[in-house]
Amino acid sequence: MPDAPGLELIRGEIERDCPGAVLATSYDRSQAALVVDPARVLEVLSWLKDQPGQRYDFLSSLHAADYLPNAPRFAVHYELINRDRVERVRVKAMLEDAPPAGGDDREDSPGRESPRSETGPAGQGLPSIDSCVELFPTAEAQEREVFDFFGIVFRGHPNLTRILLPDDYVGWPQRRDFPIGGEPVTFTYSEQRYD
Amino acid sequence: MTEIAEQAVDRDREIMTVNVGPHHPATHGVLRLVVDLEGEMVRELTPVIGYVHTGIEKSCEDKSYWKVIPFVERMDYVSYFFQMEAFCGAVERLIDLEIPPRARYLRTLFLELNRIHSHLVWLGTTALDLGAISMLWYCFRERDKILDLFEMATGQRMHTRYFQVGGVIEDIPLGFEQKCRAFAEEMPIRVGQYQALLDRNEVFLSRTKGVGAVSRERLLELGVTGPLLRAAGEPWDLRKAFDYLAYPELDFKIPVGTVGDNYDRYRVRVAEMVESARIVEQCLDALPEGPFIADDRKYVLPPRSELSTSMESLIHHFKLVTEGYRVGPGEVYYSIESPRGELGCFVVADGSAKPSRVHFRDPSFVNLQAFRDMAVDTYVADMIASLGMLDPILGGVDR
Repeated sequence: MPDAPGLELIRGEIERDCPGAVLATSYDRSQAALVVDPARVLEVLSWLKDQPGQRYDFLSSLHAADYLPNAPRFAVHYELINRDRVERVRVKAMLEDAPPAGGDDREDSPGRESPRSETGPAGQGLPSIDSCVELFPTAEAQEREVFDFFGIVFRGHPNLTRILLPDDYVGWPQRRDFPIGGEPVTFTYSEQRYD
Repeated sequence: MTEIAEQAVDRDREIMTVNVGPHHPATHGVLRLVVDLEGEMVRELTPVIGYVHTGIEKSCEDKSYWKVIPFVERMDYVSYFFQMEAFCGAVERLIDLEIPPRARYLRTLFLELNRIHSHLVWLGTTALDLGAISMLWYCFRERDKILDLFEMATGQRMHTRYFQVGGVIEDIPLGFEQKCRAFAEEMPIRVGQYQALLDRNEVFLSRTKGVGAVSRERLLELGVTGPLLRAAGEPWDLRKAFDYLAYPELDFKIPVGTVGDNYDRYRVRVAEMVESARIVEQCLDALPEGPFIADDRKYVLPPRSELSTSMESLIHHFKLVTEGYRVGPGEVYYSIESPRGELGCFVVADGSAKPSRVHFRDPSFVNLQAFRDMAVDTYVADMIASLGMLDPILGGVDR
Protein backbone atom coordinates (compact mmCIF):
# COMPACT_ATOMS: atom_id res chain seq x y z
CA MET A 1 0.00 0.00 0.00
CA PRO A 2 1.18 3.53 -0.54
CA ASP A 3 1.18 5.27 2.82
CA ALA A 4 -0.86 8.42 3.40
CA PRO A 5 1.78 10.86 2.02
CA GLY A 6 2.40 8.52 -0.93
CA LEU A 7 -1.29 8.59 -1.71
CA GLU A 8 -1.26 12.39 -1.68
CA LEU A 9 1.70 12.35 -4.07
CA ILE A 10 -0.21 10.11 -6.46
CA ARG A 11 -3.20 12.39 -6.17
CA GLY A 12 -1.05 15.42 -6.91
CA GLU A 13 0.36 13.80 -10.02
CA ILE A 14 -3.07 12.82 -11.28
CA GLU A 15 -4.26 16.36 -10.54
CA ARG A 16 -1.49 17.66 -12.81
CA ASP A 17 -2.44 15.44 -15.74
CA CYS A 18 -6.21 15.24 -15.36
CA PRO A 19 -7.28 18.18 -13.20
CA GLY A 20 -10.37 17.66 -11.14
CA ALA A 21 -10.66 13.93 -11.74
CA VAL A 22 -9.83 12.95 -8.17
CA LEU A 23 -12.39 14.31 -5.76
CA ALA A 24 -10.91 13.09 -2.50
CA THR A 25 -8.55 10.60 -0.96
CA SER A 26 -9.06 8.39 2.00
CA TYR A 27 -6.53 6.50 4.02
CA ASP A 28 -8.38 4.26 6.41
CA ARG A 29 -7.13 1.15 8.23
CA SER A 30 -3.93 1.36 6.16
CA GLN A 31 -5.84 1.03 2.92
CA ALA A 32 -5.41 3.81 0.38
CA ALA A 33 -8.32 4.93 -1.75
CA LEU A 34 -8.83 7.57 -4.41
CA VAL A 35 -12.39 8.83 -4.74
CA VAL A 36 -12.82 9.85 -8.35
CA ASP A 37 -15.37 11.62 -10.48
CA PRO A 38 -17.45 8.78 -11.97
CA ALA A 39 -17.52 10.49 -15.36
CA ARG A 40 -13.72 10.42 -15.50
CA VAL A 41 -12.95 7.08 -13.91
CA LEU A 42 -11.39 5.74 -17.12
CA GLU A 43 -8.95 8.65 -17.25
CA VAL A 44 -7.73 7.90 -13.75
CA LEU A 45 -7.58 4.14 -14.29
CA SER A 46 -5.60 4.45 -17.49
CA TRP A 47 -3.32 7.01 -15.88
CA LEU A 48 -2.64 4.63 -13.00
CA LYS A 49 -2.15 1.77 -15.43
CA ASP A 50 0.14 3.40 -17.98
CA GLN A 51 1.96 6.21 -16.20
CA PRO A 52 5.66 5.32 -15.98
CA GLY A 53 6.58 4.97 -12.34
CA GLN A 54 3.06 4.01 -11.33
CA ARG A 55 2.05 0.92 -13.30
CA TYR A 56 -0.96 -0.15 -11.29
CA ASP A 57 -1.67 -2.53 -14.13
CA PHE A 58 -3.37 -5.46 -12.42
CA LEU A 59 -7.04 -5.12 -11.57
CA SER A 60 -7.50 -7.64 -8.82
CA SER A 61 -11.13 -6.99 -8.05
CA LEU A 62 -14.03 -4.88 -9.20
CA HIS A 63 -17.05 -4.77 -6.93
CA ALA A 64 -19.80 -2.45 -5.83
CA ALA A 65 -21.50 -1.45 -2.62
CA ASP A 66 -24.75 0.23 -1.77
CA TYR A 67 -24.54 2.85 1.01
CA LEU A 68 -28.27 3.38 1.02
CA PRO A 69 -29.05 6.19 3.48
CA ASN A 70 -26.05 8.18 2.21
CA ALA A 71 -26.29 10.64 -0.63
CA PRO A 72 -24.18 9.19 -3.44
CA ARG A 73 -25.78 5.86 -2.98
CA PHE A 74 -23.60 3.43 -4.93
CA ALA A 75 -19.89 2.99 -5.26
CA VAL A 76 -17.91 0.95 -7.71
CA HIS A 77 -14.56 -0.11 -6.28
CA TYR A 78 -11.52 -0.96 -8.36
CA GLU A 79 -8.74 -2.75 -6.45
CA LEU A 80 -5.52 -2.15 -8.36
CA ILE A 81 -2.13 -3.74 -7.72
CA ASN A 82 1.28 -2.51 -8.71
CA ARG A 83 3.15 -5.79 -8.84
CA ASP A 84 6.62 -4.24 -9.00
CA ARG A 85 6.27 -2.14 -5.88
CA VAL A 86 3.79 -4.62 -4.36
CA GLU A 87 1.27 -1.91 -3.58
CA ARG A 88 -2.45 -1.78 -3.69
CA VAL A 89 -4.64 1.22 -4.29
CA ARG A 90 -8.38 1.40 -4.42
CA VAL A 91 -10.20 3.61 -6.87
CA LYS A 92 -13.71 4.38 -5.81
CA ALA A 93 -16.36 6.00 -7.99
CA MET A 94 -19.44 7.16 -6.12
CA LEU A 95 -22.64 7.03 -8.16
CA GLU A 96 -25.91 8.80 -7.57
CA ASP A 97 -29.03 6.73 -7.86
CA ALA A 98 -30.78 7.53 -11.10
CA PRO A 99 -34.06 9.39 -10.57
CA PRO A 100 -37.08 7.14 -10.79
CA ALA A 101 -38.92 7.25 -14.08
CA GLY A 102 -42.02 8.76 -12.49
CA GLY A 103 -40.13 11.91 -11.51
CA ASP A 104 -41.18 11.96 -7.84
CA ASP A 105 -38.56 12.67 -5.20
CA ARG A 106 -36.73 9.62 -3.94
CA GLU A 107 -36.75 8.64 -0.26
CA ASP A 108 -40.26 10.07 -0.07
CA SER A 109 -42.31 6.94 0.13
CA PRO A 110 -40.18 3.97 1.02
CA GLY A 111 -43.15 1.71 0.74
CA ARG A 112 -43.59 2.50 -2.91
CA GLU A 113 -40.00 2.01 -3.86
CA SER A 114 -39.98 -1.54 -5.02
CA PRO A 115 -42.22 -1.37 -8.12
CA ARG A 116 -40.39 1.49 -9.81
CA SER A 117 -38.39 1.52 -13.02
CA GLU A 118 -36.23 -1.49 -12.14
CA THR A 119 -38.07 -3.63 -14.60
CA GLY A 120 -37.43 -1.21 -17.45
CA PRO A 121 -34.89 -1.86 -20.20
CA ALA A 122 -31.24 -1.63 -19.21
CA GLY A 123 -30.10 1.97 -18.96
CA GLN A 124 -33.51 3.37 -18.14
CA GLY A 125 -33.61 4.73 -14.62
CA LEU A 126 -30.37 3.00 -13.68
CA PRO A 127 -27.10 4.57 -12.58
CA SER A 128 -24.34 4.17 -15.12
CA ILE A 129 -20.57 4.39 -15.43
CA ASP A 130 -18.03 3.75 -18.19
CA SER A 131 -16.90 0.18 -18.61
CA CYS A 132 -13.19 -0.53 -18.14
CA VAL A 133 -13.15 -3.79 -20.10
CA GLU A 134 -10.92 -2.18 -22.75
CA LEU A 135 -8.31 -1.36 -20.13
CA PHE A 136 -8.70 -4.48 -18.01
CA PRO A 137 -10.26 -7.46 -19.82
CA THR A 138 -10.61 -9.15 -16.43
CA ALA A 139 -13.44 -6.75 -15.61
CA GLU A 140 -15.74 -8.40 -18.14
CA ALA A 141 -17.32 -10.92 -15.78
CA GLN A 142 -17.02 -8.72 -12.71
CA GLU A 143 -18.86 -5.81 -14.32
CA ARG A 144 -21.59 -8.19 -15.39
CA GLU A 145 -21.82 -9.37 -11.80
CA VAL A 146 -22.16 -5.80 -10.52
CA PHE A 147 -24.85 -5.11 -13.14
CA ASP A 148 -26.59 -8.32 -12.17
CA PHE A 149 -26.80 -7.51 -8.47
CA PHE A 150 -26.88 -3.71 -8.29
CA GLY A 151 -28.33 -2.63 -11.61
CA ILE A 152 -25.35 -0.41 -12.37
CA VAL A 153 -24.96 -0.06 -16.13
CA PHE A 154 -21.45 -0.16 -17.55
CA ARG A 155 -21.47 1.90 -20.75
CA GLY A 156 -19.53 0.19 -23.53
CA HIS A 157 -19.47 -3.27 -22.00
CA PRO A 158 -19.48 -5.85 -24.81
CA ASN A 159 -22.14 -8.10 -23.32
CA LEU A 160 -23.89 -6.59 -20.32
CA THR A 161 -26.35 -9.29 -19.33
CA ARG A 162 -27.13 -11.09 -16.11
CA ILE A 163 -24.40 -13.53 -15.21
CA LEU A 164 -25.37 -15.43 -12.05
CA LEU A 165 -29.11 -14.81 -11.86
CA PRO A 166 -31.56 -16.08 -14.49
CA ASP A 167 -32.00 -13.82 -17.50
CA ASP A 168 -35.65 -13.19 -16.72
CA TYR A 169 -35.03 -12.19 -13.10
CA VAL A 170 -36.60 -8.91 -12.02
CA GLY A 171 -34.86 -6.62 -9.54
CA TRP A 172 -31.37 -5.90 -8.26
CA PRO A 173 -30.99 -8.10 -5.22
CA GLN A 174 -27.82 -6.75 -3.61
CA ARG A 175 -29.34 -3.30 -3.19
CA ARG A 176 -30.01 -2.51 0.41
CA ASP A 177 -33.70 -1.85 -0.18
CA PHE A 178 -34.22 -5.26 -1.75
CA PRO A 179 -35.70 -7.49 0.93
CA ILE A 180 -34.10 -10.73 1.96
CA GLY A 181 -36.79 -13.22 1.31
CA GLY A 182 -37.28 -16.69 0.14
CA GLU A 183 -38.74 -17.85 -3.08
CA PRO A 184 -41.48 -20.40 -2.68
CA VAL A 185 -40.11 -23.72 -3.82
CA THR A 186 -42.59 -25.58 -5.95
CA PHE A 187 -42.77 -29.25 -5.16
CA THR A 188 -45.44 -31.48 -6.62
CA TYR A 189 -46.87 -31.63 -3.13
CA SER A 190 -47.30 -27.88 -2.71
CA GLU A 191 -48.50 -27.47 -6.30
CA GLN A 192 -51.37 -29.77 -5.65
CA ARG A 193 -52.34 -28.10 -2.42
CA TYR A 194 -51.94 -24.42 -3.16
CA ASP A 195 -52.74 -23.93 -6.84
CA MET B 1 -1.77 -31.21 -31.74
CA THR B 2 -1.54 -27.47 -32.28
CA GLU B 3 -0.53 -28.15 -35.88
CA ILE B 4 -3.87 -29.78 -36.49
CA ALA B 5 -5.58 -26.88 -34.78
CA GLU B 6 -3.86 -24.37 -37.00
CA GLN B 7 -4.77 -26.08 -40.23
CA ALA B 8 -6.85 -23.82 -42.37
CA VAL B 9 -10.45 -23.83 -41.32
CA ASP B 10 -13.07 -23.73 -43.94
CA ARG B 11 -15.74 -21.70 -42.24
CA ASP B 12 -18.39 -23.10 -44.54
CA ARG B 13 -17.91 -26.51 -43.02
CA GLU B 14 -20.42 -27.70 -40.59
CA ILE B 15 -20.30 -26.16 -37.12
CA MET B 16 -22.29 -27.99 -34.52
CA THR B 17 -23.27 -26.37 -31.24
CA VAL B 18 -23.18 -28.77 -28.36
CA ASN B 19 -24.31 -28.20 -24.83
CA VAL B 20 -22.05 -29.69 -22.13
CA GLY B 21 -23.48 -29.82 -18.66
CA PRO B 22 -24.69 -28.33 -16.37
CA HIS B 23 -24.80 -31.78 -14.81
CA HIS B 24 -21.78 -33.62 -16.05
CA PRO B 25 -19.02 -35.28 -14.00
CA ALA B 26 -16.29 -33.69 -16.12
CA THR B 27 -17.40 -30.13 -15.46
CA HIS B 28 -16.40 -30.40 -11.79
CA GLY B 29 -19.60 -28.90 -10.54
CA VAL B 30 -22.65 -27.34 -12.08
CA LEU B 31 -21.05 -25.62 -15.04
CA ARG B 32 -22.65 -25.43 -18.45
CA LEU B 33 -20.54 -25.01 -21.56
CA VAL B 34 -22.01 -24.03 -24.91
CA VAL B 35 -19.45 -25.29 -27.37
CA ASP B 36 -19.25 -24.77 -31.12
CA LEU B 37 -17.63 -27.83 -32.61
CA GLU B 38 -16.17 -28.41 -35.99
CA GLY B 39 -15.70 -32.13 -36.05
CA GLU B 40 -13.77 -32.64 -32.83
CA MET B 41 -12.25 -29.19 -32.68
CA VAL B 42 -13.63 -26.55 -30.34
CA ARG B 43 -14.11 -23.34 -32.28
CA GLU B 44 -16.04 -21.23 -29.82
CA LEU B 45 -16.96 -21.69 -26.22
CA THR B 46 -19.15 -19.87 -23.73
CA PRO B 47 -19.29 -20.90 -20.09
CA VAL B 48 -22.71 -20.36 -18.54
CA ILE B 49 -22.67 -20.06 -14.77
CA GLY B 50 -25.10 -19.31 -11.99
CA TYR B 51 -26.66 -22.73 -11.50
CA VAL B 52 -25.61 -22.95 -7.85
CA HIS B 53 -26.04 -19.28 -7.00
CA THR B 54 -27.49 -19.23 -3.52
CA GLY B 55 -27.21 -15.56 -2.61
CA ILE B 56 -24.69 -16.09 0.17
CA GLU B 57 -23.44 -12.51 -0.08
CA LYS B 58 -26.96 -11.19 0.40
CA SER B 59 -27.70 -13.57 3.25
CA CYS B 60 -24.54 -12.42 5.05
CA GLU B 61 -26.02 -8.92 5.27
CA ASP B 62 -28.69 -10.28 7.58
CA LYS B 63 -26.34 -12.07 9.97
CA SER B 64 -24.25 -10.69 12.79
CA TYR B 65 -20.54 -10.86 12.07
CA TRP B 66 -19.80 -14.08 13.88
CA LYS B 67 -22.69 -15.85 12.20
CA VAL B 68 -21.36 -14.99 8.75
CA ILE B 69 -18.39 -17.35 9.18
CA PRO B 70 -20.24 -20.65 8.53
CA PHE B 71 -21.99 -19.04 5.55
CA VAL B 72 -18.88 -17.98 3.71
CA GLU B 73 -17.25 -21.36 4.28
CA ARG B 74 -19.82 -22.88 1.99
CA MET B 75 -18.91 -20.80 -1.03
CA ASP B 76 -15.76 -22.54 -2.18
CA TYR B 77 -16.47 -25.80 -0.43
CA VAL B 78 -13.03 -27.30 -1.04
CA SER B 79 -11.05 -24.51 0.57
CA TYR B 80 -13.24 -23.57 3.51
CA PHE B 81 -10.40 -22.50 5.79
CA PHE B 82 -9.40 -19.89 3.23
CA GLN B 83 -12.89 -18.40 3.11
CA MET B 84 -12.91 -18.18 6.87
CA GLU B 85 -9.50 -16.54 6.97
CA ALA B 86 -10.48 -14.00 4.31
CA PHE B 87 -13.60 -12.99 6.20
CA CYS B 88 -12.15 -13.10 9.73
CA GLY B 89 -9.04 -11.24 8.56
CA ALA B 90 -11.17 -8.53 6.98
CA VAL B 91 -13.24 -8.08 10.14
CA GLU B 92 -10.10 -8.05 12.30
CA ARG B 93 -8.74 -5.26 10.14
CA LEU B 94 -12.03 -3.38 10.48
CA ILE B 95 -12.00 -3.53 14.27
CA ASP B 96 -8.21 -3.32 14.48
CA LEU B 97 -7.87 -6.48 16.51
CA GLU B 98 -4.53 -8.21 16.60
CA ILE B 99 -4.54 -11.98 16.89
CA PRO B 100 -2.09 -13.73 19.23
CA PRO B 101 1.01 -15.42 17.74
CA ARG B 102 -0.24 -18.93 18.45
CA ALA B 103 -3.42 -18.21 16.53
CA ARG B 104 -1.41 -16.89 13.60
CA TYR B 105 0.58 -20.10 13.44
CA LEU B 106 -2.44 -22.34 13.93
CA ARG B 107 -4.27 -20.55 11.15
CA THR B 108 -1.29 -20.86 8.84
CA LEU B 109 -1.04 -24.55 9.69
CA PHE B 110 -4.65 -25.25 8.84
CA LEU B 111 -4.58 -23.11 5.73
CA GLU B 112 -1.67 -25.11 4.37
CA LEU B 113 -3.28 -28.43 5.28
CA ASN B 114 -6.34 -27.16 3.43
CA ARG B 115 -4.18 -26.22 0.45
CA ILE B 116 -2.85 -29.78 0.25
CA HIS B 117 -6.40 -31.08 0.62
CA SER B 118 -7.65 -28.84 -2.19
CA HIS B 119 -4.81 -29.79 -4.52
CA LEU B 120 -5.42 -33.47 -3.75
CA VAL B 121 -9.05 -33.16 -4.77
CA TRP B 122 -7.92 -31.38 -7.91
CA LEU B 123 -5.24 -33.95 -8.76
CA GLY B 124 -7.52 -36.91 -8.16
CA THR B 125 -10.43 -35.63 -10.21
CA THR B 126 -8.33 -34.21 -13.03
CA ALA B 127 -6.29 -37.36 -13.40
CA LEU B 128 -9.60 -39.20 -13.46
CA ASP B 129 -10.70 -37.02 -16.38
CA LEU B 130 -7.52 -38.07 -18.16
CA GLY B 131 -8.22 -41.73 -17.54
CA ALA B 132 -5.93 -42.36 -14.57
CA ILE B 133 -8.52 -43.80 -12.21
CA SER B 134 -6.04 -45.07 -9.62
CA MET B 135 -4.88 -41.50 -8.91
CA LEU B 136 -8.29 -40.72 -7.50
CA TRP B 137 -8.03 -43.43 -4.87
CA TYR B 138 -4.48 -42.51 -3.87
CA CYS B 139 -5.30 -38.81 -3.63
CA PHE B 140 -8.47 -39.37 -1.66
CA ARG B 141 -6.60 -41.66 0.73
CA GLU B 142 -4.29 -38.79 1.68
CA ARG B 143 -7.17 -36.33 1.64
CA ASP B 144 -8.92 -38.48 4.20
CA LYS B 145 -5.92 -38.22 6.51
CA ILE B 146 -6.19 -34.44 6.32
CA LEU B 147 -9.90 -34.63 7.04
CA ASP B 148 -9.06 -36.83 10.05
CA LEU B 149 -6.73 -34.10 11.27
CA PHE B 150 -9.46 -31.50 10.79
CA GLU B 151 -11.90 -33.67 12.67
CA MET B 152 -9.46 -34.20 15.51
CA ALA B 153 -8.80 -30.48 15.97
CA THR B 154 -12.16 -28.98 15.13
CA GLY B 155 -14.77 -31.71 15.43
CA GLN B 156 -15.78 -31.46 11.79
CA ARG B 157 -14.32 -32.90 8.64
CA MET B 158 -15.58 -30.14 6.38
CA HIS B 159 -16.92 -26.64 7.07
CA THR B 160 -15.19 -26.59 10.41
CA ARG B 161 -15.97 -23.05 11.60
CA TYR B 162 -12.60 -23.19 13.31
CA PHE B 163 -11.37 -19.65 12.69
CA GLN B 164 -12.97 -16.95 14.78
CA VAL B 165 -12.59 -13.23 14.72
CA GLY B 166 -9.62 -12.86 17.07
CA GLY B 167 -8.05 -16.27 16.67
CA VAL B 168 -9.26 -19.87 16.56
CA ILE B 169 -12.07 -21.43 18.55
CA GLU B 170 -9.99 -23.88 20.54
CA ASP B 171 -6.46 -25.11 20.90
CA ILE B 172 -5.26 -28.21 19.08
CA PRO B 173 -5.80 -31.35 21.16
CA LEU B 174 -3.17 -33.63 22.67
CA GLY B 175 -1.73 -35.97 20.10
CA PHE B 176 -2.59 -33.69 17.19
CA GLU B 177 0.98 -32.58 16.78
CA GLN B 178 2.38 -36.10 16.40
CA LYS B 179 -0.33 -37.06 13.95
CA CYS B 180 0.12 -33.91 11.94
CA ARG B 181 3.90 -34.26 11.93
CA ALA B 182 3.59 -37.84 10.72
CA PHE B 183 1.36 -36.64 7.92
CA ALA B 184 3.70 -33.81 6.94
CA GLU B 185 6.60 -36.25 6.81
CA GLU B 186 4.65 -38.74 4.76
CA MET B 187 3.18 -36.28 2.29
CA PRO B 188 6.33 -35.54 0.20
CA ILE B 189 6.84 -39.30 -0.17
CA ARG B 190 3.28 -39.67 -1.38
CA VAL B 191 3.72 -36.81 -3.81
CA GLY B 192 6.78 -38.63 -5.13
CA GLN B 193 4.60 -41.67 -5.69
CA TYR B 194 2.01 -39.63 -7.59
CA GLN B 195 4.75 -38.27 -9.76
CA ALA B 196 6.10 -41.76 -10.37
CA LEU B 197 2.65 -42.72 -11.59
CA LEU B 198 2.12 -39.69 -13.82
CA ASP B 199 5.41 -38.12 -14.84
CA ARG B 200 6.51 -40.94 -17.11
CA ASN B 201 3.05 -41.98 -18.18
CA GLU B 202 3.01 -41.54 -21.94
CA VAL B 203 -0.75 -41.03 -22.08
CA PHE B 204 -0.70 -38.40 -19.36
CA LEU B 205 2.23 -36.57 -20.93
CA SER B 206 0.75 -36.46 -24.41
CA ARG B 207 -2.56 -35.28 -23.00
CA THR B 208 -1.00 -32.44 -21.01
CA LYS B 209 2.21 -31.24 -22.67
CA GLY B 210 1.64 -28.33 -25.00
CA VAL B 211 -2.10 -28.36 -24.39
CA GLY B 212 -4.08 -25.35 -23.27
CA ALA B 213 -1.14 -22.95 -23.04
CA VAL B 214 -1.99 -19.29 -22.47
CA SER B 215 0.70 -16.63 -22.41
CA ARG B 216 1.68 -14.87 -19.23
CA GLU B 217 0.65 -11.45 -20.57
CA ARG B 218 -2.79 -12.68 -21.53
CA LEU B 219 -3.30 -14.31 -18.12
CA LEU B 220 -2.38 -11.06 -16.40
CA GLU B 221 -4.82 -9.14 -18.59
CA LEU B 222 -7.53 -11.59 -17.63
CA GLY B 223 -6.74 -11.17 -13.95
CA VAL B 224 -5.81 -14.82 -13.50
CA THR B 225 -3.93 -15.57 -10.29
CA GLY B 226 -2.71 -18.59 -8.41
CA PRO B 227 -1.12 -21.73 -9.84
CA LEU B 228 -2.40 -20.94 -13.35
CA LEU B 229 -0.45 -17.70 -13.44
CA ARG B 230 2.61 -19.19 -11.78
CA ALA B 231 2.63 -22.04 -14.30
CA ALA B 232 3.12 -19.40 -16.99
CA GLY B 233 6.27 -18.17 -15.26
CA GLU B 234 4.99 -15.27 -13.20
CA PRO B 235 6.13 -15.72 -9.58
CA TRP B 236 3.18 -13.86 -8.07
CA ASP B 237 2.02 -15.23 -4.73
CA LEU B 238 0.26 -13.14 -2.12
CA ARG B 239 1.86 -15.17 0.67
CA LYS B 240 5.19 -13.62 -0.36
CA ALA B 241 3.90 -10.30 -1.65
CA PHE B 242 1.83 -9.14 1.30
CA ASP B 243 2.55 -9.94 4.91
CA TYR B 244 -0.22 -11.82 6.59
CA LEU B 245 -0.39 -14.50 9.27
CA ALA B 246 2.91 -16.28 9.91
CA TYR B 247 4.08 -16.43 6.29
CA PRO B 248 6.82 -13.78 6.60
CA GLU B 249 8.48 -15.93 9.29
CA LEU B 250 8.38 -19.17 7.31
CA ASP B 251 10.77 -20.51 4.73
CA PHE B 252 9.08 -21.78 1.59
CA LYS B 253 9.46 -21.53 -2.15
CA ILE B 254 7.08 -20.50 -4.91
CA PRO B 255 7.12 -23.07 -7.71
CA VAL B 256 6.79 -21.57 -11.19
CA GLY B 257 6.42 -23.11 -14.62
CA THR B 258 7.78 -22.00 -17.95
CA VAL B 259 5.32 -22.26 -20.85
CA GLY B 260 2.02 -22.36 -19.00
CA ASP B 261 0.54 -25.49 -20.54
CA ASN B 262 -1.43 -28.11 -18.65
CA TYR B 263 1.73 -30.00 -17.78
CA ASP B 264 3.20 -26.94 -16.07
CA ARG B 265 -0.03 -26.42 -14.18
CA TYR B 266 0.20 -29.97 -12.93
CA ARG B 267 3.85 -29.61 -11.94
CA VAL B 268 3.28 -26.32 -10.12
CA ARG B 269 0.43 -27.67 -8.02
CA VAL B 270 2.26 -30.87 -7.17
CA ALA B 271 5.33 -28.88 -6.12
CA GLU B 272 3.08 -26.62 -4.03
CA MET B 273 1.87 -29.65 -2.08
CA VAL B 274 5.45 -30.42 -1.06
CA GLU B 275 6.05 -26.80 -0.08
CA SER B 276 2.84 -26.75 1.94
CA ALA B 277 3.93 -29.88 3.78
CA ARG B 278 7.18 -28.06 4.64
CA ILE B 279 5.19 -25.09 5.93
CA VAL B 280 3.09 -27.40 8.09
CA GLU B 281 6.24 -28.85 9.64
CA GLN B 282 7.70 -25.41 10.27
CA CYS B 283 4.46 -24.23 11.87
CA LEU B 284 4.55 -27.18 14.25
CA ASP B 285 8.22 -26.53 15.07
CA ALA B 286 7.73 -22.83 15.67
CA LEU B 287 4.25 -22.98 17.24
CA PRO B 288 4.43 -20.37 20.02
CA GLU B 289 2.94 -20.97 23.43
CA GLY B 290 0.24 -18.68 24.71
CA PRO B 291 -3.42 -17.91 24.08
CA PHE B 292 -5.04 -19.12 20.88
CA ILE B 293 -7.58 -16.31 20.72
CA ALA B 294 -7.40 -12.62 21.51
CA ASP B 295 -8.42 -11.48 24.96
CA ASP B 296 -10.74 -8.68 23.92
CA ARG B 297 -14.06 -9.40 25.58
CA LYS B 298 -15.84 -6.91 23.35
CA TYR B 299 -15.31 -9.19 20.37
CA VAL B 300 -14.28 -12.60 21.63
CA LEU B 301 -16.38 -15.02 23.65
CA PRO B 302 -15.12 -15.48 27.21
CA PRO B 303 -13.85 -18.94 28.14
CA ARG B 304 -16.64 -21.31 29.05
CA SER B 305 -15.22 -21.95 32.53
CA GLU B 306 -15.64 -18.31 33.52
CA LEU B 307 -19.37 -18.24 32.85
CA SER B 308 -20.27 -19.90 36.13
CA THR B 309 -18.01 -17.70 38.25
CA SER B 310 -17.92 -14.25 36.69
CA MET B 311 -20.94 -12.02 36.16
CA GLU B 312 -18.93 -9.84 33.78
CA SER B 313 -18.16 -12.81 31.56
CA LEU B 314 -21.76 -13.88 31.56
CA ILE B 315 -22.85 -10.43 30.42
CA HIS B 316 -20.22 -10.35 27.67
CA HIS B 317 -21.22 -13.82 26.58
CA PHE B 318 -24.88 -12.84 26.48
CA LYS B 319 -24.24 -9.67 24.51
CA LEU B 320 -21.98 -11.40 22.01
CA VAL B 321 -24.32 -14.30 21.43
CA THR B 322 -27.52 -12.29 21.17
CA GLU B 323 -26.67 -9.05 19.41
CA GLY B 324 -23.09 -9.68 18.40
CA TYR B 325 -20.53 -6.92 18.38
CA ARG B 326 -20.83 -3.66 16.54
CA VAL B 327 -18.21 -2.64 14.05
CA GLY B 328 -17.50 1.01 13.40
CA PRO B 329 -18.18 2.35 9.89
CA GLY B 330 -15.52 1.55 7.35
CA GLU B 331 -14.62 -0.77 4.56
CA VAL B 332 -11.79 -3.21 4.08
CA TYR B 333 -10.57 -5.38 1.24
CA TYR B 334 -8.41 -8.23 2.50
CA SER B 335 -7.00 -10.83 0.16
CA ILE B 336 -5.11 -14.04 0.68
CA GLU B 337 -3.58 -16.67 -1.56
CA SER B 338 -6.09 -19.49 -1.83
CA PRO B 339 -5.29 -22.74 -3.69
CA ARG B 340 -6.86 -21.16 -6.75
CA GLY B 341 -5.44 -17.65 -6.56
CA GLU B 342 -6.30 -14.36 -4.97
CA LEU B 343 -9.25 -14.76 -2.66
CA GLY B 344 -10.39 -11.34 -1.59
CA CYS B 345 -13.00 -10.40 0.94
CA PHE B 346 -14.55 -6.95 0.86
CA VAL B 347 -16.56 -5.99 3.92
CA VAL B 348 -18.43 -2.74 4.45
CA ALA B 349 -19.44 -1.98 8.02
CA ASP B 350 -22.06 0.63 8.79
CA GLY B 351 -21.72 0.72 12.56
CA SER B 352 -24.31 -1.93 13.31
CA ALA B 353 -23.80 -5.55 14.36
CA LYS B 354 -24.31 -6.82 10.83
CA PRO B 355 -22.10 -6.18 7.82
CA SER B 356 -23.78 -3.99 5.22
CA ARG B 357 -21.91 -5.69 2.39
CA VAL B 358 -19.81 -8.82 2.15
CA HIS B 359 -18.27 -9.53 -1.22
CA PHE B 360 -15.90 -12.31 -2.14
CA ARG B 361 -13.55 -11.94 -5.04
CA ASP B 362 -13.48 -15.59 -5.88
CA PRO B 363 -10.45 -16.77 -7.85
CA SER B 364 -12.41 -19.45 -9.72
CA PHE B 365 -14.89 -16.84 -10.95
CA VAL B 366 -12.16 -14.68 -12.43
CA ASN B 367 -9.97 -17.55 -13.65
CA LEU B 368 -12.87 -19.06 -15.55
CA GLN B 369 -12.57 -16.17 -18.02
CA ALA B 370 -9.30 -17.69 -19.22
CA PHE B 371 -11.00 -20.94 -20.13
CA ARG B 372 -11.94 -19.75 -23.60
CA ASP B 373 -8.32 -18.95 -24.37
CA MET B 374 -7.26 -22.34 -23.06
CA ALA B 375 -9.76 -24.45 -24.94
CA VAL B 376 -10.56 -22.80 -28.27
CA ASP B 377 -8.96 -24.60 -31.22
CA THR B 378 -8.18 -27.72 -29.26
CA TYR B 379 -9.95 -31.07 -29.19
CA VAL B 380 -13.07 -31.58 -27.10
CA ALA B 381 -11.14 -34.06 -24.99
CA ASP B 382 -8.46 -31.45 -24.34
CA MET B 383 -11.12 -28.94 -23.40
CA ILE B 384 -12.16 -31.27 -20.61
CA ALA B 385 -8.54 -31.70 -19.58
CA SER B 386 -8.02 -27.93 -19.57
CA LEU B 387 -11.12 -27.42 -17.49
CA GLY B 388 -9.78 -29.86 -14.93
CA MET B 389 -6.43 -28.07 -14.91
CA LEU B 390 -8.21 -24.73 -14.47
CA ASP B 391 -9.67 -26.20 -11.27
CA PRO B 392 -12.82 -24.11 -10.85
CA ILE B 393 -15.02 -24.76 -7.82
CA LEU B 394 -18.49 -23.83 -8.95
CA GLY B 395 -19.69 -23.17 -5.43
CA GLY B 396 -17.16 -20.37 -5.32
CA VAL B 397 -17.93 -19.15 -8.84
CA ASP B 398 -21.64 -18.81 -8.20
CA ARG B 399 -21.62 -18.01 -4.47
